[in-house]
Amino acid sequence: MTPAPAPRALQAPLVVEFPFTRSLGPVQSAFLTGLRERTVLGVRCHDGRVLVPPVEYDPVTAEELRELVEVAPTGTVTSWAWNPEPRQQQPLDRPFAWVLVRLDGADTAMLHAMDAPDAEGVHTGMRVRIRWAADRTGAITDIACFEPDEGGAARREPRAFDGRFADPVSGIVAPARLDYTYSPGQAQSRYLAALAERRTIGERCPACRKVYVPPRGACPTCGVATAEQVEVGPRGTVTTYCVVNIKAKNLDIEVPYVYAHIALDGADLALHGRIGGIPYDQVRMGLRVEAVWTEGGRYPDHYRPTGEPDADYDSYKELL
Amino acid sequence: MTRDVAIVAFGQSEHRRDSSEFSEVEMLMPVLHAVLGQVGLTTDQIDFTCSGSSDYLAGRAFSFTMALDGVGAWPPIAESHVEMDGAWALYEAWVKILTGEAETALVYAYGKSSPGELRDVLTRQLDPYYVAPLWPDSVSLAALQAQSLIDAGLTDERRLAAIAARYGARTGADDYVVRPLRRRDCPPIHDGAAAVVLAAGDTARRLCPRPAWIRGMDHRIEAHSLGVRDLSDSPSTRQAAERAGAFDAPVDTAELHAPFSSQEVVLRRALRLGDSVAVNPSGGALVANPVMAAGLIRLGEAAARIHRGQSQRALAHATSGPCLQQNLVAVLEAS
Ligand SMILES: [Zn+2]
Repeated sequence: MTPAPAPRALQAPLVVEFPFTRSLGPVQSAFLTGLRERTVLGVRCHDGRVLVPPVEYDPVTAEELRELVEVAPTGTVTSWAWNPEPRQQQPLDRPFAWVLVRLDGADTAMLHAMDAPDAEGVHTGMRVRIRWAADRTGAITDIACFEPDEGGAARREPRAFDGRFADPVSGIVAPARLDYTYSPGQAQSRYLAALAERRTIGERCPACRKVYVPPRGACPTCGVATAEQVEVGPRGTVTTYCVVNIKAKNLDIEVPYVYAHIALDGADLALHGRIGGIPYDQVRMGLRVEAVWTEGGRYPDHYRPTGEPDADYDSYKELL
Repeated sequence: MTRDVAIVAFGQSEHRRDSSEFSEVEMLMPVLHAVLGQVGLTTDQIDFTCSGSSDYLAGRAFSFTMALDGVGAWPPIAESHVEMDGAWALYEAWVKILTGEAETALVYAYGKSSPGELRDVLTRQLDPYYVAPLWPDSVSLAALQAQSLIDAGLTDERRLAAIAARYGARTGADDYVVRPLRRRDCPPIHDGAAAVVLAAGDTARRLCPRPAWIRGMDHRIEAHSLGVRDLSDSPSTRQAAERAGAFDAPVDTAELHAPFSSQEVVLRRALRLGDSVAVNPSGGALVANPVMAAGLIRLGEAAARIHRGQSQRALAHATSGPCLQQNLVAVLEAS
């Protein structure tokens, strides 16, 4: 078979989304619980500096830090950046300033958003105060944002704090979602395009002549591109298999069923597929099978026995 | 340190905004073949392979394993991977050769930023408790750093424009992306790949007429909370440079991994680079920015200047994380 001109590489939306569940140390727990109670806590280092937001270990000496202090909900901007086009998951949905704010009583700055009508009103050294979120759960987003605080300028010393709240938070759940457009590249696009036409296309290594199915674009032994397309199958041999006894969520297949490695005729690599059309306990190594396509399916639904005699072990022993 | 190790070959892809026609391995393989071809080696003559890339760019777990097909990784080879810029893969390979466990190493890095929104993706590397839930994007954080520099009197928007102009940007009207950074102050977002070959002692001399000897290399990191740092300075860069021996003698070339114009100001100060030093003769990351490979490219470009006889002693720098969070400095010499 001659090399086919590459079809346009396929693309598909890919959403990666999961909630990260993270446990908190004693200092982080006190800080985030404090935000829920509209109290801002810092931690005092051994050199006397107060870190806000507080950390569990000294950033310079790595010593354990546990001495909590309460600082003010007001502070001074130490740097800022005007964000004219907020991105979807950022704290405010209108143009806003990112600010680093040193709260009164703290020696370090914290990052957050500041609500301001325009960039002209924002400057380093300006006085700001916390705007609390209406619903607070013990998270950094319990601070909705900062806002200008023209009135006050009182620098306050931090106050000792025993770190005890009723019902402290012990963890956070941080949802994260990233949207991608996945493209599998040339070789896999050719493979998927042929599958949609009910043909299985492998690719041959120009060096070792092995035919890879499904192809990934390179021979993992020789490290060179596979360019020559080779139609394989449609029949093949079960080289090894397992019996699945636990029903997967959202999968409409009755258990037990057999999932197998199948070496299609002409292929030098086995692919995976489900075996149907035969009781699960009669599937065996060497069983000859063929693909079964469903109406409108872009890939084989499963493989079923062809009725041919079983293949000799020697013919597939390299393809387990 | 008892062994001399050199960069003996460097190659990179064309860097493109969108390479969706190709998979990672399809983008990477021509670069690997080119760099091995420069020194007449095949993959089976490489003792150690180390790569840098990020699953978060690809949106898939263990995405680097597919790229390994391109180096002929079966039957198994001695191989490692860093979920970092390839400059740190080079560091690991250098250490491996120093231990005597390898004579040659192939280091590569690649990144396809085009499948996702890089500014959002990079927020996932931030402190997950206090910072990442706010989704501060990479440009916004760099803008906070730029404002710190302006407030400290170390630069202003006019001088930032002059830096961008050196890399071909037009001066004059330009929109803010995040103030004070304008479009010309921010890097392009590219898909691309790069690779280098390292070799020890006589092997390096045999493979390359003018090896770029690694005289020292070190990497250091800042405190991870942005508000603890002085964003207008980079003590970690300075410390890495000291430990790499960068201040022991003058350099004629410096390849700096400064994706934002303002970061060049920070790095020039931290590294005490005078006007006699050729800074980023390659064009730097403001021109070509394949994320995860852009740092390795700085080391490769500095080495290539030595290969071509254009430099006797060069400094190469790579960075990782927000606002120059982590910094690597290498010193390369022609002899
Ligand atoms: Zn091969």
